Amino acid sequence: MGREINNTMASQNQQASTTSYTVEQLISVNPYNPDILPDLENYVNEQVSSETYSLNANLCLLRLYQFEPERMSTQIVARILIKALMAMPAPDFSLCLFLIPERVQMEEQFKTLIVLSHYLETARFRQFWDEATKNRHILEAIPGFEQAIQVYAVHLLSLTYQKIPRSVLAEAINIEGPSLEKFVQDHVDNSGWTIEKNLSKGQLIIFPQNEFNHPELKKSSVDGVSLEHITRILPIIG
Amino acid sequence: MAGATSYEPEQSGSVDAAYDPNYVPDSVKSFVVHMYRHIREKNVYEIHQMYETSFQSISDRFFKDAPWPSVDAVAPYVDNDHVFCLLYREMWFRHLYARLSPTLKQRIDSWDNYCSLFQVVLHGVVNMQLPNQWLWDMVDEFVYQFQSFCQYRAKMKSKTEQEIALLRQFDQAWNVYGVLNFLQALVEKSTIIQILEQEKEGLEQFTSTDGYDYSGGSNVLKVLGYFSMIGLLRVHCLLGDYHTGLKCLLPIDISQQGVYTSVIGSHITIIYHYGFANLMLRRYVEAIREFNKILLYIFKTKQYHQKSPQFEQILKKNEQMYALLAVSLSLCPQVKLVDEAVNTQLREKYGEKMSRMQRYDDEAFALYDELFSYACPKFITPSAPSYEEPLVNYNQDAYRLQLKLFLYEVKQQQLLSGVRTFLKVYSTISLAKLATYMEVEEPTLRTILMSYKHKTHAVDSDGKISSNADLDFYIDDDMVHVVESKPTKRYGDYFMRQIVKLEGLMTDIDRIKLDI
Repeated sequence: MGREINNTMASQNQQASTTSYTVEQLISVNPYNPDILPDLENYVNEQVSSETYSLNANLCLLRLYQFEPERMSTQIVARILIKALMAMPAPDFSLCLFLIPERVQMEEQFKTLIVLSHYLETARFRQFWDEATKNRHILEAIPGFEQAIQVYAVHLLSLTYQKIPRSVLAEAINIEGPSLEKFVQDHVDNSGWTIEKNLSKGQLIIFPQNEFNHPELKKSSVDGVSLEHITRILPIIG
Repeated sequence: MAGATSYEPEQSGSVDAAYDPNYVPDSVKSFVVHMYRHIREKNVYEIHQMYETSFQSISDRFFKDAPWPSVDAVAPYVDNDHVFCLLYREMWFRHLYARLSPTLKQRIDSWDNYCSLFQVVLHGVVNMQLPNQWLWDMVDEFVYQFQSFCQYRAKMKSKTEQEIALLRQFDQAWNVYGVLNFLQALVEKSTIIQILEQEKEGLEQFTSTDGYDYSGGSNVLKVLGYFSMIGLLRVHCLLGDYHTGLKCLLPIDISQQGVYTSVIGSHITIIYHYGFANLMLRRYVEAIREFNKILLYIFKTKQYHQKSPQFEQILKKNEQMYALLAVSLSLCPQVKLVDEAVNTQLREKYGEKMSRMQRYDDEAFALYDELFSYACPKFITPSAPSYEEPLVNYNQDAYRLQLKLFLYEVKQQQLLSGVRTFLKVYSTISLAKLATYMEVEEPTLRTILMSYKHKTHAVDSDGKISSNADLDFYIDDDMVHVVESKPTKRYGDYFMRQIVKLEGLMTDIDRIKLDI
């Protein structure tokens, strides 16, 4: 009987692909269909080359691998995991690991990725970049990897610091010299950073205020009652 | 055969080995005849009574350790009604699973029965009104039997040749695709997601009638579809796919009452899995909030469920959720979110363990391990085994993986409670001084502080960041400034509740005046 349902879904799916649905639509129409596995694998490669990302599609694929381990491609799994690292601070890397059998995680390339994730999770950027350099052959295949991690590093720094010594920033994002100059200037122009010259300590970078590095900003957003909330009681009062 | 000639049903509670599937005691005859009539007459109240009370008491009396009479034996009393027979068998198997251990053949037969039953519902030929409790039990049992089958199949070492032959022959039975697709088909065919959407705009009634249809229609497909969303949440949690599980639940707004709260079992299942998934996603505040709410609810209403057949299950989940709350609070000490009554219970049960968990030494890890193992869902490996020799057991694999990854997360947080201790006593402190106190180098301290920020800030599914920290800080150059987040009292909610209360009271008073 289960087979019957699968088949009707599969035929729906075939119709779907002839009228060229996107992969995202395929998943939402039909998330539990083994026939979309090749589409999802292609989609991972497409995400890599076009520097896009879909957690839902990738989890869907890992789920199909989980149901039929003999169809698993470890190369695709590795790509999914690297894309998940690039999605930090979101917990996507763990979400993926939850679905990957332990014996697969024991493979050398996955062990490396797990170590990299560990360094990012514990904000040890120095060690992360060292390790990443040693494993360039795995990471180079994924365009945008370094930039994505730098975005994460900046995100975490700006949650933590109001003002940060330039050297601390440089270490976290692994950029030096003229490139660093350009990186900082870009952020001054586009992201609201400012620079403070300090004679004794060198340059300090001031991050724009947010509710995390200026916790006093938080209050205003939590107080008060949402309109949606109030509309709920309007019928009673009226 | 002992009962066959006996006219004293009280004594036949002791069923011996000679169970005759064709013997139908009078009380069973009467049970099916009445149940059948109530179903045809759409008398939900009576159906519910028979389902909750009579079925239990007859089971206790006659079928304590034997199955109910076979469906073929009772069919003549209910006009051989196809759908009724499917419903009867569904209960028959449920009773068997609860009191005896099913054989492989019975597991497969039960799967077939669910397939037939759900097919009938999906094809829209069911025109009944069944109690929510029963419909919830169907979905709940369907998922339970799936989980039970996966656990059973994974114990390959003890399988006989005959069992392995059966497993190969009926490889579609409890197939994970089949299970998920049935639940998904029920959700889709019932259009429950659209119904809930429309209800928000006042175009449709569902929650206000508890899902029942008072205009002559049937509630079965709609409510099964509704509960199937919770079924999907649970299956995905069993598979370790927490993100997708929570996504399946999105159409149900758990901040409000809903049809899910009309059945205590569904209420507990939804919150248990929702909380667990959030714990695994590091959204501790969300987990704590929901555990607190349901534990308080159970605390206040426990006595009303004492006679319910689900009572034991309620107590067990209650205990497990206290354990999960203890874990959540150890990782995220937001005790202010916990109600006084719940907190008292929690201290009684886990107070001492929780203080040891703060230490993050080997003993503490052992406690995290213990509580997690006690309270986690029964994870499953959904794929079929390799039937080639050597046969290995893999029933623990899924659980071990989830446990290992969870403990890994705990280890990553082990340095954070140390920082917390210092942040608690300073309002400002220089990095250099804090590094000395913590006996680490300054660069290491910076990573610890950033890690604290990372781990105390949850990311929701839209990528929005929110703080879970009761104790927060920021660094200005080389000074750490500590900020204790004050509990923001939600006066708004309080006033709104009072307004609603007052309005209710005024309406009541108006009514009284009229009566005089």
